Amino acid sequence: MTLLSILGVISSAIYSGTSLLYITLGEIVDQRSGIVNLGLEGLLLISGATGVAVTSITGNPFWGVLAAVAAGGLTNLILGFLVVTRRGNQLASGLALMFFGFGASALIGKSHVGQKINGLARFTIPGLGSLSPRYLSLLQFDLLIYLSIPCALLIWWLLFRTRWGLGVRAVGENADTAFASGRNPRLIKYQALFVGGMLAGLGAAHLTLAYTLNWTEFMMGGRGFIAVALVIFSKWHPVRAIAGALLFSGAVAFQLLLQASGVSISPFLLDTIPYILTILVLIAWGGTRKYSAPASLGRVYMGTE
Amino acid sequence: MPTEVERRRRPLFGGLDLSGALGRYASMLVLALGLFGLIIWINGKNPILSYRELFGSTLGSWYGFSEVLVAMTPMLITALAVALPSRIGLINVGVEGQLYMGACSATWGALTFSDAPAFILLPLLTLLGMLGGALWALVPGLLRAMGLVNETITTLLLNSVAPKLVAFFVFGFWHSPMDTNKTPNFVPAARLPTFFGTRIDFGLVIGLALLTIFWLVMKYTRWGLEMRAIGGNPEAALRNGVPLKAYIVGVLCAGGAIAGLAGMAQVSGYYGVLLTGFSRGVGFVGFLISWLSFGDPLGIVLTSFLVAVITTGGSMLQLTTALPYAIINILLAVALFVVLSGINLFPKRKSA
Amino acid sequence: MVFQTFNLIPAFTVAENIALFYPELKEVFDITQISKQIEVLSERYSLSVDPRALVRDLSIGDQQKVEILKLLISDARILILDEPTRVLVPHEIKALFKIIDNLRADGYAIVLITHKMNEVMEIADRVAVLRKGRLAGLLPIEDASEGLLVELMFGRKVAEFQGIKSAWVSVEVTPLLVLEAVSTQAQGTEVSLQNINLNIRPGEIVGITGVSGNGQRELADVVLGKLRPESGAITLNGEDISRYSIGSIRSRGVAFIPENPLWMAVAPFMTVLENFTVPNIRRYARLGGLRIDWQAARRDYAHSMEALEFEFPLLSPARSLSGGNLQRMVIARELAHQPKMIIASYLTSGLDVRSAIAGRMALVQARDQGAGVMLFSDDLDELFAISDRLIVLQGGRIMGEFKPADTTFQEIGYLMTGSEAEHAY
Repeated sequence: MTLLSILGVISSAIYSGTSLLYITLGEIVDQRSGIVNLGLEGLLLISGATGVAVTSITGNPFWGVLAAVAAGGLTNLILGFLVVTRRGNQLASGLALMFFGFGASALIGKSHVGQKINGLARFTIPGLGSLSPRYLSLLQFDLLIYLSIPCALLIWWLLFRTRWGLGVRAVGENADTAFASGRNPRLIKYQALFVGGMLAGLGAAHLTLAYTLNWTEFMMGGRGFIAVALVIFSKWHPVRAIAGALLFSGAVAFQLLLQASGVSISPFLLDTIPYILTILVLIAWGGTRKYSAPASLGRVYMGTE
Repeated sequence: MPTEVERRRRPLFGGLDLSGALGRYASMLVLALGLFGLIIWINGKNPILSYRELFGSTLGSWYGFSEVLVAMTPMLITALAVALPSRIGLINVGVEGQLYMGACSATWGALTFSDAPAFILLPLLTLLGMLGGALWALVPGLLRAMGLVNETITTLLLNSVAPKLVAFFVFGFWHSPMDTNKTPNFVPAARLPTFFGTRIDFGLVIGLALLTIFWLVMKYTRWGLEMRAIGGNPEAALRNGVPLKAYIVGVLCAGGAIAGLAGMAQVSGYYGVLLTGFSRGVGFVGFLISWLSFGDPLGIVLTSFLVAVITTGGSMLQLTTALPYAIINILLAVALFVVLSGINLFPKRKSA
Repeated sequence: MVFQTFNLIPAFTVAENIALFYPELKEVFDITQISKQIEVLSERYSLSVDPRALVRDLSIGDQQKVEILKLLISDARILILDEPTRVLVPHEIKALFKIIDNLRADGYAIVLITHKMNEVMEIADRVAVLRKGRLAGLLPIEDASEGLLVELMFGRKVAEFQGIKSAWVSVEVTPLLVLEAVSTQAQGTEVSLQNINLNIRPGEIVGITGVSGNGQRELADVVLGKLRPESGAITLNGEDISRYSIGSIRSRGVAFIPENPLWMAVAPFMTVLENFTVPNIRRYARLGGLRIDWQAARRDYAHSMEALEFEFPLLSPARSLSGGNLQRMVIARELAHQPKMIIASYLTSGLDVRSAIAGRMALVQARDQGAGVMLFSDDLDELFAISDRLIVLQGGRIMGEFKPADTTFQEIGYLMTGSEAEHAY
């Protein structure tokens, strides 16, 4: 187990963890406003497909990222329409959105399946140039990776230090109280969904445009659901999500490490670790979990009109 | 899951308010077909032709119709697996996982006892399937009964674990010599009988029977009354002496057992083999069907039929329009959107 | 306006709650600045509260203070308080009145909505009486008296409720329900019961009082079977029921009338008949549960309704009944099978005067037929009127047992709050 292989594992974890982090941040914002987005998987597919399509057409991944972010925000607005304006059931609406994502992404991506596209540029932080090329190649990250932790901090600041964030959290706890304070819960939920959708779209963009560099149907591999687990695991807190994302995506990297040292545990079993961990954590919190989750999570806001 | 409030507010085929329900269903069809037609047209294909293909291929021929029934079978059963727990307010999103585990245990039985005759093997597989699904719902049920974790989350998380577990077994132990993705074909004794030379298997009969039993139990028996009491007000039911915890665990496991049965029917009836990742979201479709029909048995049958028509017709569409199969999900999703948003193009004149 | 149910977010701190309602909060705000403002106001009006505390950890009295602070910080000049003393203890009420005094002296106008005559007489400058949506009277306090106000509220004098003392007063009768050194373990916001020793004899009403949240719910639940005692034993007619399920306990003749029927006793969308049947399902299930004997159920409940002179449409959904009628329905249901033991929890809270009187009469009637009654209440008038014995609960402990004739409201109130003097006023 050389330093190189360890670095390799860490590097790989950081790569796959970054997209997971963005996606989780997005879902945290959604859930803080009281909405569970089970359709995240579909949203990610749509964003990913859009990102690849635009990058393929324009040749520049930057436009792809923008397009993916926009697609994510807009797709979440569909959920907003169903859940906020039409007061639909959140679980059913989310699942419907997931199916929509399956189909829409297939349509958007169909002419780009398997194509190679230009990925986001990778570079290292200045100052590390003196290391040998082998190490250097492992420490090359793209812009989105460098921005991921600052982004998490930004979301924390947004939720806990601004008036808007206070409103979002209030709506997620008790929309009637938020309404009594003169806010418009519906508008706030839409805003939260839009921001959350953009973040998730950013995560999808990172996956397709910086990591895999192509598009195939159903390529998100359940990340939408892993993110839901991760949101719970991080107790709806953006900064804890950083650790959680590394931990969860580390499982994949961990597999490689184990294989390298000769231990073989089925990768399938290792893949179940994030979920089992989350369930164990939920049991450990026991009844006090309800103090961590936004109090009106999942509830439909009936309003007083 | 729609609460008792929503169930009463939007009564369906339980014998009441037919015109309101018809109006909503008609709207759903019209809007969905319209939006989908738009998408087809944008993609350069002829919507009218496509629809003709879709409905013609499914309803126009006996073969097509039988295929619809085949697709409908797992949907009926998974929808019931969601509807039963929903009567006491439990949200079972874990049908997908329970389905896999039912298929898994049934497969084990099929491979281990492949020498047994059909009249022993099939009931055994049925029991194993139900057991597998029930066990997968046991932990969520217990956690919910103990007040530790909401079953929505636990069943959702276990959903993702089940397919991986199945893949583990198939890859590691059961795979056929040629293909690591699936098991060897089941022996004929392990296959559910089919009808009239079509692919409709006995699962359809099981599904309809279960739905009938469900309806009878809810309406006439003591357990139906107690379940409705729990669904109506769990706190009151508890204080009125209804054994709440027993019902929570029992009913969720029953839902799991039913989902497991669906899984067994899939591998024993439809496929004849266990393929990793065989379910293309049929558990979630069942959830949506149950939700759309508010857990009403007749509604489940009709909605499953409708959805089955859409998905079966979709594979035909794929051949004729060169659009990817996945696009049928859009039609499904749009139909769901319409119903979820409660848009009604044909509202009743009187206000409810 | 401070409503009866607070508009507070339990998961937020006091400061965050107030920030939520802060007029013209800056986009990027500084929570410490708001905390300082809170501290200043707290000083001024004796509304002491820790800005950094989480609201869910505060007592109801303190939460009410946060609500008042919210109003003050938004520069309201008129404060409307809706039944503010409903959840307060005697000395907290005194503290609140002191606050109101201070605010009045500072020029605030205050509208106090209450149904408690003594409060009106104590603090009001003017009194307005509303009846059926109309102003029935508006007078300065000097011209008002309790009798006059009641007359204005109801249009004619309502007969004073005469408590009828039980004929079964002898101490020699074998107790029906015995709690021996019962203790429970609290979960979350519950209160642990500590070493409860209590007897309920047939033919007596035992009134149990205390500040809301000092173990009343837990005591009722432990007798009903919803809560298991950690130690000690509960016997009913000599049988140890400490570990029995609610269903078994109920089938031994224990009835339960909760304080909020819609929440705790009734499934709103099931019919009245179905709601009648659920707690007694064992009597009406046939063929091992495959069938329900609705005829028998109807018969029994017709009897019960006649006996109590109530009348309900059996096939309407329960939610179509008003609060008062719903409570009467629950009473009819619970008393239908001549229960031996009745647990009545805040029977008349939120009920109009007539329904409340009907409820009390039903309990008295049941007692006269030999039932033992545990009546949980914080309405001291009610308790003094119909209890044979009074028990005070505080912090999960029994602080005292009295005959109503031998004690006063003041003495009970003092015991209710324990010996800690909270804050000077």
